[in-house]
Amino acid sequence: MAITSQRLELTLETLLESVDLAESIAMRVSQAAGFSDEDVHKIGMAVREGVVNAYNYGNQQDRRKKIRMTVEFEPERVIFRVVDEGKGFEPTEVPDCLAEENLLRTSGRGLFLMRAFMDEFSVRCGATGGAELVLVKKLPRYVSGNGRSQPE
Amino acid sequence: MTLQGTYRDCGDVAVVDFSGKITLGEGSATLRRMVKELIDTGHRKILLNLYDVDYIDSSGIGELVAAYTTVRSASGELKIVHLTKRVHDILQITRLFTIFDVQSDEAAALHSFRGTT
Repeated sequence: MAITSQRLELTLETLLESVDLAESIAMRVSQAAGFSDEDVHKIGMAVREGVVNAYNYGNQQDRRKKIRMTVEFEPERVIFRVVDEGKGFEPTEVPDCLAEENLLRTSGRGLFLMRAFMDEFSVRCGATGGAELVLVKKLPRYVSGNGRSQPE
Repeated sequence: MTLQGTYRDCGDVAVVDFSGKITLGEGSATLRRMVKELIDTGHRKILLNLYDVDYIDSSGIGELVAAYTTVRSASGELKIVHLTKRVHDILQITRLFTIFDVQSDEAAALHSFRGTT
């Protein structure tokens, strides 16, 4: 684990325990950044879903592969990145979990929850060909009541 | 906190009181095992009391859906009662309120099973 004043980098094993660890770290840094309890919960859950995605679908639970997670603070926002060593995926090909015909599916809601709980969410191709999930949340002091960014 | 489930009979309804988190791994497995055991032992009216479940992730949601379809496939009925706010909100944004029969209190939930076969 490497920490600078603005950036934290972690290499996680492809283990179930890494999911809880990543969530716990995401919640701690969010709490320290001044997010409300509700936002801390949402950020933790979104990051959890990102690491679950890497563990289950990206790395296919292969313990030889790693999951890389970074947390980066910019002046107005915090960015979480979760990178796996899988083959990557196209998010538009993931079935819409809110569509009537998909409501009884037992999987496929992780991406939806990440989108729902963060301000921005995107999927990129990571440097090693796996998926890079980018989860962004505006820092609390830049979010006013009307949802527009505002410096203090 | 791992998921704990305790089962009790209320007439012909099997009520399972859950406490903890329904998440990927042990939590989801506990829910799956308990519902399967109830079906295997002939129960067809099942009420999941989630009074002390304050956290559910996408895997847990999937497991709830699987429980619902398992019970339905066995010609049974599964209902849910006492949702905490966070679980309530998750089921709402995922539109699963349109699937699950969610009851606000146990008496109403038990009553709603009456007349069903």
